Amino acid sequence: MDLTLHVWRQKNAKDPGKIETYKATNVSPDSSFLEMLDQVNEELIGKGQEPIAFDHDCREGICGSCSMMINGKPHGGQRGTTTCQLHMRSFKDGDSIHIEPWRAKPFPVIKDLVVNRGAFDRIIAAGGFVSVNTGGVPDANATLIPKEKADFAMDAAECIGCGACVAACKNAAAMLFVGAKVSHLASLPQGQPERMRRVLNMVKQMDAEGFGNCTNYFECEAACPKQISVRVIADMNRDYLKASLTYQEAAPKT
Amino acid sequence: MKLDAKIPSGPLAEKWSKHKFDMKLVNPANRRKYSVIVVGSGLAGAAAAASLGEMGYQVSCFCFQDSPRRAHSIAAQGGINAAKNYKNDGDSTYRLFYDTIKGGDFRAREANVYRLAEVSVNIIDQCVAQGVPFAREYSGLLDNRSFGGAQVSRTFYARGQTGQQLLLGAYQALERQIGLGKVKMFPRTEMLDLVIIDGRARGIVVRDLVTGKISTHLAEAVCLATGGYGNVFYLSTNAKGSNVTATLRAWKRGAGFANPCFTQIHPTCIPVSGDHQSKLTLMSESLRNDGRVWVPKNKGDKRHPNEISEDDRDYFLERKYPSFGNLSPRDISSRAAKEVCDAGLGVGPGGLGVYLDFRDAIKRDGMPAIAARYGNLFQMYQKITAENPYEVPMRIYPAVHYTMGGLWVDYNLMSNIPGLYVLGEANFSDHGANRLGASALMQGLADGYFVLPATIGDYFAKEKFEKVSIDRPEVKKVEQDVNDLIKKFLSINGQRTPDSFHKQLGKIIWDKCGMARNKKGLEQAIQEIKAIREEFWKNLKVVGTAEGLNQSLEKAGRVADFIELGEMMCYDALTREESCGGHFREEHQTEDGEALRHDDKFLHAAVWEYKGPNIAPERHIEPLVYENIKLATRSYK
Repeated sequence: MDLTLHVWRQKNAKDPGKIETYKATNVSPDSSFLEMLDQVNEELIGKGQEPIAFDHDCREGICGSCSMMINGKPHGGQRGTTTCQLHMRSFKDGDSIHIEPWRAKPFPVIKDLVVNRGAFDRIIAAGGFVSVNTGGVPDANATLIPKEKADFAMDAAECIGCGACVAACKNAAAMLFVGAKVSHLASLPQGQPERMRRVLNMVKQMDAEGFGNCTNYFECEAACPKQISVRVIADMNRDYLKASLTYQEAAPKT
Repeated sequence: MKLDAKIPSGPLAEKWSKHKFDMKLVNPANRRKYSVIVVGSGLAGAAAAASLGEMGYQVSCFCFQDSPRRAHSIAAQGGINAAKNYKNDGDSTYRLFYDTIKGGDFRAREANVYRLAEVSVNIIDQCVAQGVPFAREYSGLLDNRSFGGAQVSRTFYARGQTGQQLLLGAYQALERQIGLGKVKMFPRTEMLDLVIIDGRARGIVVRDLVTGKISTHLAEAVCLATGGYGNVFYLSTNAKGSNVTATLRAWKRGAGFANPCFTQIHPTCIPVSGDHQSKLTLMSESLRNDGRVWVPKNKGDKRHPNEISEDDRDYFLERKYPSFGNLSPRDISSRAAKEVCDAGLGVGPGGLGVYLDFRDAIKRDGMPAIAARYGNLFQMYQKITAENPYEVPMRIYPAVHYTMGGLWVDYNLMSNIPGLYVLGEANFSDHGANRLGASALMQGLADGYFVLPATIGDYFAKEKFEKVSIDRPEVKKVEQDVNDLIKKFLSINGQRTPDSFHKQLGKIIWDKCGMARNKKGLEQAIQEIKAIREEFWKNLKVVGTAEGLNQSLEKAGRVADFIELGEMMCYDALTREESCGGHFREEHQTEDGEALRHDDKFLHAAVWEYKGPNIAPERHIEPLVYENIKLATRSYK
């Protein structure tokens, strides 16, 4: 199949950037979206032009590297699918495809389709963990966890940190990402001692990074390649409210 | 090359405890005086960096990905082994040890493997305490499943995403240390060389992949946890970024590279669909708990698989290996699949595929039960192939998945260069000639959480370190080498892209140093690889500049290193005149086509020393001593 690509090209963070048009010819419908871009890049290098920079790694939908808006939708908008899992058979011969990087202020563009998602790491560093050092922990079966609870935690823990939720949200809110970690750890006994402190610190960092707030459009859930439910946002809001009213140490009066 | 494995004396089961007591310690207040570089942020790297940070060392951690959470450990699907014996089915430390040694076809060190089995139980405890949501029974207790090469259920799992959950546990522990200021993290930063001062590893030279800046980081010890080199085959289940650069460049600075020809071909991957293919996708070994592997009995049977009756199917693993059946180890299952495809019985395009069928399991346990166990894997399969595995059997074929070889290390995980430690898949020590399923996660976390943090203090306590600065001539020389190499890539200005060389190399290695190898093929491969290398340095085309993000420049460096590694692999496969585990030399097989070891000549690790550009590497050996296990012919019949 033959396609016309309209791709965001931006040399570096300072460059204003613009859309460039390329032809992708003789694309196999069995190839993945990224393999189609590989093919275009090989041709660009052949012509002495710089290839389109994009983040990718595992190419099986789990590392969360790939990050592009395809026709205005994160990862192309197919339910539960990352860009690397999107296959060209979902397109038609002759289609025009628009490809852009994640659009959100806290994810500044580094080059072309590559953005800086360091804000997500800093939010985890602010509290997305259980404060346990290596060694000296109880036997794994010493604490029973009901199967339903473990499954519930796993549903939230599946987040791959790709940032599609932020890119899909008109407020650039990261609440699905933050909520997923808060909810995962809050639903397990191991997460209880720090539960209040964690939610306060993570939300504080989320705000400091410049992410917006949820106004209940739920675009994030629709865009999430792991189909994480917006209930994690409700979980987080509930804990945040409770913590704000009751938890003292982490939010000292100034 | 001096290769002293430093295996502690005493009975097997007491070696590790005794060694931990015999080693010198660094008191907590003094630990902040020592800085440690950790390269890689997968299970081994993240676990080590976090643990060392918690202990009080000054840690710097580097990864080429945009976040430490994206290291390729994240993609491990099936599970992690531990000798907990929660199932009361006869498991023990000794059994896990024995299974791993036997699974590795008697080419691993006894003492290392015993220690691995010993600390396996601590790993599960540690991960649960971190909040890793392992699968559970209705009782609230942890669930287990079975994996290849074992007759007990000792594999812990989190749906089909065990690697993801374990890595996120380690990543969160690492981020906690970063937040506390104990670990400094350098994402999008690639190690390009090793700095050796007075014979000891003292730092690394890195390239900031965003700005292109080359800089040197110095420390008292360097730990490489940079994963395996499966991408030498171009097509593998590894991530696209996975590469051998860190370990290969350390090799060129004097570190021994052990058993490079021990590579694992995983039996259950989605077959190649065309030339556009950029990587292969694994279907977890756990699927073989319920899926049955078969091909049509009759050549040229083009019927739809669901129309082929029971009598016309050959469940070849169950037929050949009745005691282990579909859960035979990876090397054996892969070779069996290759054998039936070579005999013209393969299915799908090009006849390179066999069926993995869930029909009977769905009939027995119901679709919801199968979906609960493997839902995400079935979905992944359907996305790639556009076929529904609940209705038609999966088509699978072997693909490169893991590399048992790696930098040589002693019992303390230190290479032959003092102060250079190697962890996880990047080292060679624990899996012999074949790794059992669910053991890679175990080894990565064992090395990172428990082994290195215990052994590194002994090195610090026994050595004296003077302050070194980046102005030392040794440092300047390495920086200069790195800069020259980058300039070289950009100035060749030939006709071919790095990827085109990589594909060409991969095909040679797959055809001649893949599932089956022979003398003639390997000798040819060495010549062909030399020719590729020659053309590479004359006809490479890299666009762009050394400044700023340049993915084609990154790729060029990695491909250059794969070419050198590929050649070393072929030398290793050529000189190991026996078959063992994943290394199958056609000249050395039993009458029924099984691997034939020659313990009299090859009961050793082969360790390769770099001798300079365009010179064949030199082979050294570390003899393997078996004090506890009786060498036997491996049988899964």
